[in-house]
Amino acid sequence: MDKFTTITGVAAPMPLVNIDTDMIIPKQFLKTIKRSGLGVNLFDEMRYTQDGKENPDFVLNKPAYRKSEILIAGDNFGCGSSREHAPWALLDFGIRSIISTSFADIFYSNCFKNGILPIVLKPEEVAVLMKDAEKGENARITVDLESQTVTSADGEVFHFEVDAFKKRCLLEGLDDIGLTMEKASAIDAYEKAAAVERPWV
Amino acid sequence: MSPKTLYDKIWDAHVAHQADDGTCLLYIDRHLVHEVTSPQAFEGLRLTGRKVRAPDKTIAVPDHNVPTTWDREKGIDNEESRIQVEALDQNAKETGIHYYPVSDIRQGIVHIVGPEQGWTLPGMTVVCGDSHTATHGAFGALAHGIGTSEVEHVLATQTLIQKKSKNMKVEITGHLRPGVTAKDITLSVIGKTGTAGGTGYVIEYMGSAIEDLSMEGRMTVCNMAIEGGARAGLIAPDQKTFDYVQGRPHAPKGAQWEAALAWWKTLKSDPDAHWDKVVTLRGEDIAPVVTWGTSPEDVLPIDATVPDPSSFTGGKVEAAQRALDYMGLKPGQKLQDIQIDTVFIGSCTNGRIEDLRAAAEIVKGRKIKEGMRAMVVPGSGLVRLQAEEEGLADIFKEAGFEWRLAGCSMCLAMNPDQLSPGERCAATSNRNFEGRQGRGGRTHLMSPAMAAAAAVTGHLTDVRELS
Ligand code: SF4
Repeated sequence: MDKFTTITGVAAPMPLVNIDTDMIIPKQFLKTIKRSGLGVNLFDEMRYTQDGKENPDFVLNKPAYRKSEILIAGDNFGCGSSREHAPWALLDFGIRSIISTSFADIFYSNCFKNGILPIVLKPEEVAVLMKDAEKGENARITVDLESQTVTSADGEVFHFEVDAFKKRCLLEGLDDIGLTMEKASAIDAYEKAAAVERPWV
Repeated sequence: MSPKTLYDKIWDAHVAHQADDGTCLLYIDRHLVHEVTSPQAFEGLRLTGRKVRAPDKTIAVPDHNVPTTWDREKGIDNEESRIQVEALDQNAKETGIHYYPVSDIRQGIVHIVGPEQGWTLPGMTVVCGDSHTATHGAFGALAHGIGTSEVEHVLATQTLIQKKSKNMKVEITGHLRPGVTAKDITLSVIGKTGTAGGTGYVIEYMGSAIEDLSMEGRMTVCNMAIEGGARAGLIAPDQKTFDYVQGRPHAPKGAQWEAALAWWKTLKSDPDAHWDKVVTLRGEDIAPVVTWGTSPEDVLPIDATVPDPSSFTGGKVEAAQRALDYMGLKPGQKLQDIQIDTVFIGSCTNGRIEDLRAAAEIVKGRKIKEGMRAMVVPGSGLVRLQAEEEGLADIFKEAGFEWRLAGCSMCLAMNPDQLSPGERCAATSNRNFEGRQGRGGRTHLMSPAMAAAAAVTGHLTDVRELS
């Protein structure tokens, strides 16, 4: 997994609420057995018209946002299906951080597994960043994981919370399966005790 | 000892390790696997030289891509779908996990197969790379969906890195009125709390109207806990649960059954347990409902009218306008006047035998509206056999329904069962998102009886007026 430290750039605004994982990556692209290559189909049904052409009105098709690494999104981003293809597609497109007032639970944890930082801020703070994002190239914002801050184009600083373990994994690009396997003796001991207490499992 | 909720009890029994910052390794008793969210996880194990830690606790079945037409023995036409199913065949063989291939009569939707085979038991932790894993909470099991990286984590370690969620109680008091079902309960709860109302919580459903439900109905309720944003939904096990479980192929037997039963009977929330959030609905107030928009929270009683987007607040105004445009509806239009082209009865929400019975009861002796495309897709091969034995299949076929083989089918349309742009469907599944059942397709969610009623009349219908 790629490390995440800090990024500065133009953020893409997506104010719609309840953007679900079917919208992020529609099911016809879930048939892959790989993790890569999904970026071209990110937001496929909004991004392309019926005949496969780019929809010029869609935010990520506009010149200012084609290389955005940050998304500012409406409430409850990533709801619906557990498909990790959603963060894979976002990452493959180049998105490294998403800022919203709330995220769906499974999507939120899937992001961390893929080097994407989801950030929850207060509605009024998201509103400031959304305004920045709408200004396109004229406004750049900064996300800094170490200090847990987002800085708006005007230099306003917003603090965000992040789980300490998730933060460390992201900052150092750690493989959490490897970390868990270091605790194999605890798992062995649990299994032994559980086999006595609940032998039917 | 301080009082605990059911969730607290199951959680405490499964913590294999707790770090200083409160991060836990939660031990997983059952890991269910399907073909869409697992190939990259198995690939990850191969690349790192890791093994499946507990193959005997891992159960796999292909369901999403599987054709549900009667000629499916000929194989899958779509190459990518075929490769994905073959990858699961191969991964199951290599790792020695329990497997129900397409050719097995027990094959079906993973969340129907698990309980049916007795893999899902009270007090367990159950995960699957699929958000509707919440279904298994109906047994008093802590069950939730995970992403593919977590699938890999569970395969390798049989644990998940977790922080505890908060406790939420959803109580349905009193009793349901005739014509009102488990689906109406679960949709009504989401209508009240919103799709993010449960975010950060594990919900326990309780109250007399929940106790009244069969196991099938309880699975329908818990299935959609995720649509309300919750990590999981739970219902405390009771005699109905034990009766359902007893005798299933992988349920405990003999002395083990007695030991299990003794523990299962302790699995309920203590009377004075602490709840971080409480939602209460009166069973008598719940009506048969349908969704009008593109989020499961867009739900209204069947006798209502399409809402005006300006009646909402915040970002929802825009979302509601977008939903109406997508759905081709106008504010003020009567829901009962909405014409339907397609009816889909099936999915892990409503593809069990009781659902098919409820739909057949409405359809019996009637015909579907001319020009209607209507299909019934049983949730598993065994549900299909039982429905055929009970004569339900004949009722559906005589009425003009297609009778299919088991799979996810038109719930998410990864196989050839899809809506065309603008086509409008009465569906018993769980998601009405844009494009969910096919690009441009329009989905109205409802109970099996309501979907059957719509098939007969050709428009959204109050089932109470038909039966
Ligand atoms: S029936 Fe639908 S919701 Fe259930 S597992 Fe299959 S695709 Fe998912």
